Amino acid sequence: MCGIVGLLVKREALRPRLGELMVPMLIGMTERGPDSAGLAVFGTPVEAARRKINLYSGLTAEGADFNWQALGHEVGGTFGGAATIEAHGNHAILTVDTAPAAVRHWIHEHHPRLHILSTGRSMDLYKDIGTPTEVSDRYDFQHLQGTHLVGHTRMATESAVTPDRAHPFTAGEDFCLVHNGSLSNPNGIRRMLEPRGIHFDTDNDTEAACRFLEWRLREGDDLPTALQKGFDELDGFYTFLMGTQDELALIRDPFACKPAVVAETDDYVAIASEFRSLAHLPDIKHANVFEPAPEAMYVWKA
Amino acid sequence: MSEITIDLAGKPVREVNQLLHGPLAGIERVSVLNPDGSHNLAVGVDAPVRVDIHGHAGYYAGGMNKQADIVIHGSASTGVAENMMSGTVRVKGFASNGAGASAHGGLLIIEGDAGLRCAISLKGGDIVVGGNVGSFSAFMAQAGHLVVCGDAGDALGDSLYEAVLYVRGSIKSLGADARIEPMGEADLRTLGDLLGRAGLDHDPASFKRIASARALYHWNADANQEY
Repeated sequence: MCGIVGLLVKREALRPRLGELMVPMLIGMTERGPDSAGLAVFGTPVEAARRKINLYSGLTAEGADFNWQALGHEVGGTFGGAATIEAHGNHAILTVDTAPAAVRHWIHEHHPRLHILSTGRSMDLYKDIGTPTEVSDRYDFQHLQGTHLVGHTRMATESAVTPDRAHPFTAGEDFCLVHNGSLSNPNGIRRMLEPRGIHFDTDNDTEAACRFLEWRLREGDDLPTALQKGFDELDGFYTFLMGTQDELALIRDPFACKPAVVAETDDYVAIASEFRSLAHLPDIKHANVFEPAPEAMYVWKA
Repeated sequence: MSEITIDLAGKPVREVNQLLHGPLAGIERVSVLNPDGSHNLAVGVDAPVRVDIHGHAGYYAGGMNKQADIVIHGSASTGVAENMMSGTVRVKGFASNGAGASAHGGLLIIEGDAGLRCAISLKGGDIVVGGNVGSFSAFMAQAGHLVVCGDAGDALGDSLYEAVLYVRGSIKSLGADARIEPMGEADLRTLGDLLGRAGLDHDPASFKRIASARALYHWNADANQEY
């Protein structure tokens, strides 16, 4: 079991309240996923040449005391340009104006225990072990701002409870995926992708789905085409919620074993595994509440 | 007539269920406000009481119901009226998966659509769905009736036993051993009665009857697993 939440606000005035509206959604899914939590939030993109690399130091010896400022200086010294770092405990957002692949490679070489959470222009990604309340407090989710977000509470079934196996998973840039369910062919997907040079960080089944779909997008498929290939190739039980720079997308497997409910008003689209995570939202009593159908694609534009 | 209202905002479901399980002492009607998707609302009731749930219900609402008339003024999540024994459960909105699963008796009315596996393993209860039902509905249903006023998804009535299904709209596909049969006089009477109790005025003659071909009742080694 796991919990999924997603929120997209349609009015600019609601963007500063994105985190505040979402936190009760995430906490509402604690019973479905008490062991880890995480979210990806999409906001105003940085300049076209710049990239945000989200980093997690909880697996290093220093943990939350990791010397982020020193890392910022090292990156600036190595690559030149204007590297900035914005740190919060075991999480930091490193913004660079260098080709991000080189920076990521350098981080792997020099700080192998540092976990790279995400790369992109608009997405920040937070995830850690702990209850949804603990993780929300740890990263001050309450004050997150942006246009849309994808969140997850985890009750692990397919791989160990560790921060890097928490959701969301990410691949490429500004793409993330959360999953409720279990895949039966993740290793087949891995064996298909790895010879194509696609590297996996963990043994988690969801990571296979995330890398598969991102690979299709990178190969030129639009989102509906990529999702259709997902229906064809990914076997198992799933409700997937995905975020891109300007979209939220939701699909459920043909058996719809894993739940999802959507509430839409003129102000927002909210998605959760269960209605109890939506009950607090403004004007929910007048929202259009529906259950997404199996094997259908739901895509909402930010 | 004595009536009681419980506002569940910030309160556990036990506030409602313990009341309904206790001596009702003249209480004939219980209204529940702000259910907010809580699970197990009004489960295991065994009393002739009317329960109104004003909002969306979570999993298993009205499960194991005996005698009570339960109305959900909103949608119901997975397993509404699961294993109902008698009484009625009415869902004004849509219902999620497994609605009325293994119900032994009583009447479940879903005014909107029902999700997948509606009436799975039905054991004698009656279910009327105003809208569509999802795939694998009435899987292994043993007794009772499922009435679908809209369309049915894939594999309707797969491995059906003696339950009888009536569908007004299209059927995406029938499951193994389910077949369309002619409507008889008894079907029209039964269906007319169920539609009347559900408050729907469709013409019973506009429905198709689906029942078991009973080919799976006995093992056939020559069937080569093809049914």
